[in-house]
Amino acid sequence: MSDFRTPAKRVNPHGATKGGAAHFIAQRSSAAALAIIMPIFMITLALSGAPDGDAARDYFASPFGAIVTLLTLTAALYHMRLGLQVVVEDYVHNRAAKTGLLLANTLIAAGLFLAAAYALLTLAL
Amino acid sequence: MASDTSSRPIAPHLSAWRWHATMLSSILHRATGVGNYIGAVALSLWLVMLATGSESMVGFLFEGPMAWITRIGLIALTWSASYHWFNGLRHLFWDGGVGFDPEGSNLRSILIIAASIIATAAIWLFALGVI
Repeated sequence: MSDFRTPAKRVNPHGATKGGAAHFIAQRSSAAALAIIMPIFMITLALSGAPDGDAARDYFASPFGAIVTLLTLTAALYHMRLGLQVVVEDYVHNRAAKTGLLLANTLIAAGLFLAAAYALLTLAL
Repeated sequence: MASDTSSRPIAPHLSAWRWHATMLSSILHRATGVGNYIGAVALSLWLVMLATGSESMVGFLFEGPMAWITRIGLIALTWSASYHWFNGLRHLFWDGGVGFDPEGSNLRSILIIAASIIATAAIWLFALGVI
């Protein structure tokens, strides 16, 4: 008996025992945001005349379209990064593949957010 | 005893379960989530093309017979987003401890699938100017 720590003390900083609540809350907060903003974005974009390039540019350049798109993009890319992280953690068990996919997920979500937000501001301002 | 366990059904394993509505809606929630991810990647790239004026790069997607294939893809994405939205709303109610009865859950799974199809049809009938 060389280890006098309790079972809880042994596992507490490891695996899913350290960040689950934060992930859960972040997933639900972004879900609540999307519950409000996603229908507004989808319906107004569908009625804007997209995918015609000029009609879509007019939509994204309008204050209403730009704000709705920026809100949707921010919540959606954040929410989908959290969601795909769970999918990878559930199905991919090879350590190298899992690490690679989790890293790719973060880089794709963050990179696309910055690129799309910059593109949107270019159109709107 | 140990040899008996190997022949027992392994749960939760797809082949050991009879399909029911909430199982389908749970799997669809994951699948549509991944579908929405792909759609968001496409939308973000399109936004960058619009800003740089290079959307003609993907102009072939909207010309001739290809336009219909693209449209089917966009209709599928609209359904995927609609389904994930309706079922996500239910997940938020579940998080609040509401709606766990099996019969009601199965019924709501079917209603959610129906609602997502109706919402997709409505958006596209408006967008195509049919109604």
